[in-house]
Amino acid sequence: MNIHEYQAKSILARYGVPVPKGKIVTNSKDAQAAAREIGGDVWVVKAQIHAGGRGKAGGVKIAKKLSEVAQYVDEMLGKTLVTHQTGPGGKVVNQVLIEQGLSIEQELYLGIVLDRRRSRLVVMASMEGGVEIEEVARKSPEKILKVVIDPLLGLTDFQARELVFGLQLPTTLTKKATQFLRALYKAFTESDASIAEINPLVLTRDGELLALDAKINLDDNALFRHLDLQEFYDPTEEDPKEVEASKHQLNYISLDGSIGCMVNGAGLAMATMDIIKLYGAEPANFLDVGGGTTTERIKEAFKILLSDANTKVVLVNIFGGIVHCDRVATGIIEAAKQVHLKIPLVVRLQGTHSDEGRAIIVKSGLPIITAGTMSEAAQKSVQALKERGA
Amino acid sequence: MSILLSRDTKIICQGITGKNGAFHTKGCRDYGSKIVGGVTPGKGGTDFEGIPVFDTVKESVKETDATATMIFVPAPFAADSILEALDAGISLIVAITEGIPTLDMIKVKRALENSKSVLIGPNCPGIITPGESKIGIMPGEIHRRGTIGVVSRSGTLTYEAVDQVTKQGLGQSTCIGLGGDPVKGLNFVDALKLFEDDKNTEAVVMIGEIGGSDEQEGAAFVKAHMSKPVVGYIAGLTAPKGKRMGHAGAIIAGSEGTAQEKIEVMEDAGIIVSRSPAEIGETVAKVIRGRTSL
Repeated sequence: MNIHEYQAKSILARYGVPVPKGKIVTNSKDAQAAAREIGGDVWVVKAQIHAGGRGKAGGVKIAKKLSEVAQYVDEMLGKTLVTHQTGPGGKVVNQVLIEQGLSIEQELYLGIVLDRRRSRLVVMASMEGGVEIEEVARKSPEKILKVVIDPLLGLTDFQARELVFGLQLPTTLTKKATQFLRALYKAFTESDASIAEINPLVLTRDGELLALDAKINLDDNALFRHLDLQEFYDPTEEDPKEVEASKHQLNYISLDGSIGCMVNGAGLAMATMDIIKLYGAEPANFLDVGGGTTTERIKEAFKILLSDANTKVVLVNIFGGIVHCDRVATGIIEAAKQVHLKIPLVVRLQGTHSDEGRAIIVKSGLPIITAGTMSEAAQKSVQALKERGA
Repeated sequence: MSILLSRDTKIICQGITGKNGAFHTKGCRDYGSKIVGGVTPGKGGTDFEGIPVFDTVKESVKETDATATMIFVPAPFAADSILEALDAGISLIVAITEGIPTLDMIKVKRALENSKSVLIGPNCPGIITPGESKIGIMPGEIHRRGTIGVVSRSGTLTYEAVDQVTKQGLGQSTCIGLGGDPVKGLNFVDALKLFEDDKNTEAVVMIGEIGGSDEQEGAAFVKAHMSKPVVGYIAGLTAPKGKRMGHAGAIIAGSEGTAQEKIEVMEDAGIIVSRSPAEIGETVAKVIRGRTSL
C-alpha cells in the first residue's frame, strides 16, 4: 500500500526518527495558523500525492511570509499535479503538508529494500542525496553503500557504523547517525514496510540529522496486523475502477487499449494481454477474476470493464481447473443478460468441462463469439474490433 | 522417474479441516496421492474422511512416517506452519497459502538455509508427477505422464502450458508451480537443476513473468550447466511499469524485471522462447521432434 509523505513521517517519528516539525492542512484558512504554530520564518509547503517528482511540477514551495504559506496552499489544493510518476492524467492535491524551513548543509540518502535474490532486507546509504537513486545506481553504483540484514540479528551496530562511516559524516555525528539508522530499521520491520526511502536525509547547519522527505510502502499482506496503519489508505489516490474492483476481490488495472479482458489467474491474464498485442490490438485492462469464479463476480467484472468507455470488445479467457467451465459459462450468460451487454463478447473456455461450457454458450442464443484456443480468441477479438471500425 | 514427488511419497495436509484444505485433500487423494494424515491444532484424535488428524506435525510424522506436507493454513499463521513442518523434518513442504507477509517469509527462508528440506511456494499451485501423485490444487486430468519437465511462477498459465503440451501428444515428468511471491522457496535454478539430473526428463518448459530476476538467474544456470533443451515463455510484455499485476512479485520496479529484458537474457542462454503464450506446446513438440530425428 502506498502512503503519503506526512503519513510516512508519522510512522518514522513514532520510532524516534527525527523529522521536521510539520502540520497537514486541507484548506488555506488553517495554513497560517499551522505555520505560526510550527514557528520560524521560513516554511516549506508540500503537496501530498502518491508520487515523486513533485518539486518540478510545482508541488513544493518555499514560503517566507505567513501570507505566502496561505497563498501556496490555496494554489496547490485541488490542483492536478503531473509528474514523471503520476502518468499523463496526474493526481489531484487534497492535502498539503506545511513544514519548518531548514538551513541545509548536506543532502544524503538512506533506504531499505528487499533483495529478492537473497531473500533479505538491504539497508542502503549514499552521499548522493536529493537526486534519483536509480540514476545514481546506474551511473555510479559504487556510490551506494549496502549492508545485507540477517533477519535473526536485525541491523547490527557494526553494520550501522559501517554505513555511517561510509557517509563521511563528522565523527561527532556518528552516534546520532547510527541511532537514526537503527530507528529507521525498527520503523520498517515493525510496520511491515515493503520499501522505505529517506531522500534526502539532511544534515542541517546546526548539526541535526532529519528525514526531509520520506517514502514508505506497506506490505498489503501484513496489514491485517496493523489496524492503525490501515487507516492510511487513501482511495482518492487510486483509480476508482480499481477501488471498486478490489471490493469484489477482483484484481483490476486499467490500461489504454480497446479490448477488455477477463481472465482467471494473474499470469494467464498478463499472457492474454500480450497475445492481444501480438495480434495487433491493445488491451484495455488487466483483470484477474481469481479462483472462485461465481456469477456475481463475473457480473461485477463485466460492470467494471464496461464502465471504461475505451472498451470496445470483451475477451473472456478462463482456464477451468477447480472452477468448472460449465458453471463459468452459465455465469457469463446470466451476467451478460443482466448488464445488457451491447459490445462484442469473445469467450474462450478451456480445461475442466470446457466442452459442456461451450455448448451452454452456443445454446444460449446470445451473440457470443466462442474460441477454442488463446490465439483464436485473440484473433476473433481483434477482428470484432476492426468490424466496429475502431 | 520424476523429481521430488512419486506415488510412494507419504503426504500430510496442514489445515486439513479448513474449507480449502478439506477440498483439495480429497482432490489429491482421488488423483492417487498417498495422503496419510492431517494436522489441525486442537483437533488431534479425530479423523477427516478416514484420514487421521493430529495436533502437531511432529506427532503426525511419528505416526505416519510422512515426508511431505501440503499447507493450507491461513496467511497470518502459515509461516509458523512452514517452520513447524521444517522442525518435524518434513523434506518436501508445499505451501499453497496466498498472502503471507514478506517479512515472515524472510525469516522462513533464513530457517531453511541450513536444512535439507525443500519448500515450494507459498502462493503456488503445487507440484504434480502425472499418473502418480499431486500435492496442490492443479487439475490432474490435463496432465499426462511423459518426459517434459514444467516449472512456472504462475497458476492457470501453467495449466495452459501443460494442456498445450498434452495436446501435442507429449506428457510431463513433473510440473512445479514456484508461486508468485517475491520471497519463496524453490526457484528456477533449483528446479532446473533437478530436471537436468532427472533421467526421465528430456526437455524443460520454464514459464516466467515480469518482476525480479529469477528468470535471469535460471537462464544463467541453463547457459552454464544444462544439456537438455529448455523452452521458455515470459508473461507481461504489455504490463506497465510500477503496477502490480496480481502477484506480489509481478511488478516492474525501475528498469529491472521487464519481460523484454528477461526474454533477451533467456535467448542469449540458448533457451527457445515462445513469443506467443498459445505456442508453448508447439515449440516444445518441435524441439522434441528435432531431437528424435537426430
